[in-house]
Amino acid sequence: MTYLDHAASTPMRERAVAAMMPYFSGSYANPSGSHRFAREARRAIDEARDDVAGVLGVAPGSVVFTSCGTESDNTVLAGVAGGAVCSAAEHHAVLHPIEDRADGVVVGTDPTGHVDLDQLAAACASPGVAVVSVMAVNNEVGTITDLRGVAEVVRRVAPQAVLHTDAVQAPCWLDLRTIAPLVDAMSFSAHKFGGPKGIGVLTLAPGIAVDPLIVGGGQERERRSGTHNVAGIVGLATALLETDAHRDRELVRLAALRDRLVDSLTGALDGVVETVPRDRKVAGSAHVCIEGIENEALLFLLDEADVCASAASACASGAMEPSHVLAAMGVDRDLALGALRLTLGHTTTDADVDRASDVVVDAVRRLRERSS
Amino acid sequence: MLAMSGGVDSSVAGALLLDAGHDVVGVTMKLWGGDSDTGCCSVSDVDDARRVAQQLDIDHLVFNFGDDFDRHVVDPYVRDHTLGVTPNPCIECNRHVKFDRLLTRADQLGFDAVATGHHARIGRTNDGRLTLERGADPAKDQSYVVHMLDQHALARTLFPVGSIDKAEVRRIAADRGLRTASKPDSQDVCFITSTGGRETFLGDRIEFRPGRVVDTSGVELGRVESVEMVTIGQRRGIGLPGGGPKRYVVDVDVPGTTVTVGDERDLLDDALTVGAVSWTDGPVHGDVLVQASAHGATQRATLSGASPVDVDVDDVDGAVNVDVVWHTPQRRIAPGQSVVFYDAADTRVLGGGIAR
Repeated sequence: MTYLDHAASTPMRERAVAAMMPYFSGSYANPSGSHRFAREARRAIDEARDDVAGVLGVAPGSVVFTSCGTESDNTVLAGVAGGAVCSAAEHHAVLHPIEDRADGVVVGTDPTGHVDLDQLAAACASPGVAVVSVMAVNNEVGTITDLRGVAEVVRRVAPQAVLHTDAVQAPCWLDLRTIAPLVDAMSFSAHKFGGPKGIGVLTLAPGIAVDPLIVGGGQERERRSGTHNVAGIVGLATALLETDAHRDRELVRLAALRDRLVDSLTGALDGVVETVPRDRKVAGSAHVCIEGIENEALLFLLDEADVCASAASACASGAMEPSHVLAAMGVDRDLALGALRLTLGHTTTDADVDRASDVVVDAVRRLRERSS
Repeated sequence: MLAMSGGVDSSVAGALLLDAGHDVVGVTMKLWGGDSDTGCCSVSDVDDARRVAQQLDIDHLVFNFGDDFDRHVVDPYVRDHTLGVTPNPCIECNRHVKFDRLLTRADQLGFDAVATGHHARIGRTNDGRLTLERGADPAKDQSYVVHMLDQHALARTLFPVGSIDKAEVRRIAADRGLRTASKPDSQDVCFITSTGGRETFLGDRIEFRPGRVVDTSGVELGRVESVEMVTIGQRRGIGLPGGGPKRYVVDVDVPGTTVTVGDERDLLDDALTVGAVSWTDGPVHGDVLVQASAHGATQRATLSGASPVDVDVDDVDGAVNVDVVWHTPQRRIAPGQSVVFYDAADTRVLGGGIAR
């Protein structure tokens, strides 16, 4: 199998799997308990929190463990009353809550999917704006947001607003310590960087008050109730440390592989458009739009050939709706129907990209022959 | 049993106890359930205490003494303000919670002693009596706030950092990599937030009453919004215009909603009555040094009515009253403040009580 869907989910790192194992049937106590067995589990969480805080560049007290990136996003948006602003290219976990509120404003992007800073400033000028959410890395097309520029606008125009970034796609590609000082809140999801599914992080800078989405036992300093997912937390922390330690090397390796993949597609086929310039996006993203094909059909052929890819984000590709990100970018609807997202990750090899290229080229030729 | 506040002093106290060969269990007391951003009651301080215990590899428990804290510290604090009394809640917490409730719990559980991170020392005289001495670091001495310890309590109390100075405490913490090594000292009352302050805290619990500000002959000079917020000795915030002679609050009559101001001389007293007196090792009379604030200078005075015969044990509160006669007139002590007696060398606590 050739797996090039790492932006949807990347395989767990072996060390993360190993680190989790003791917390299933071994140290299984509820970490909020008062006995020594509970303290053992609690200690694992405490140490994981320190590790996570170190990589994210925040204080340990700023780290809130959640169940996923969507919960982290929803918590910030639901927990801050007032006007809300986001970019049209946001993940649905941000976009839908903001579209659903009466005082939500969605601002446009430039052709690379980057939020338009002038439109952002105009939206932030509304006096009731309480929260602004702009993603660090786009999950579909890989565009890196200039968060320094975003923060400059938000702090200047809406200094009262909580600035949140959905950084779910960032940990493999960006040094998160450079993002943390710019924003008030960040969302992460472990399974995007080699941790398990079902565990995420929300960071909240000191002094940022967010009403909890889930109330109950008061875990996570009353910010997120529910018994701690000890194994998940340990797995998340271990994966994050590994990701951070290998990032510089992986950036070089995977950028070269990504370039080789895209170059081979554009070399072999006419009408393959690279959706976002390489210097504007993360190293693992190989998003292209292929003229004259429908990606629904293409993905079927790739799947038959054991190549795992996607058309848009994982949530959307079940129903194959046209991508809202490409629409925001102004990509022609016919061209957008040929969108193909190939995303690389820590297990991707030379052989993977070479085989994927061969399979995609064959499939596109076949589809074009049969439709002409 | 080590009482761990989450601060550097109790952290290092734990390290020193382990060095001395003690079998140590860390305990953090959950005292205040409301808003807190400082002191020993915030969740982050409990986290810090637990993390230090993990670093020291000792067990760490959390005891919820919230009811005791409300009953002995918070409720009296609120009530006293309605009576024109300015209490020191940290001392009442030490008296009723740390060195009573916790000490009792430690006894029940079979611990030999309770240790805390206070800067004070416990000594022993040639005839085997225990003494309470000032801490080695004059700037950080906390003997004033633990003055209520008697022989029974002293015998079961340890102050591991009392014999070293604060710089040494921080150095030890840094050497051992304790996460509290550079944590700032807490200065404030733990149940009062730095953002809301005393006024917000009290305002949520009592109805402030406006009052008249009068001079010593009874002539009205102005008004205050809340007599409960006024303290003897105060100069600012009493609604009087600037300029002119310095005027101080010399009396607060909360039930009568009247604040009396006067000049500095009107504030001077020859004597003071101290109630609810406790003694480190039995009643003392004669010349002593008296300290009436946490880091205030001591003043010479003579204790009268302090001999066992003259002590008025039938005071309305059922507590011991002592008369303090200043050798030179002193500024009036606000009722509710703790007044602590030291020996002539100004090193040893003899006893103390609360200004009436």
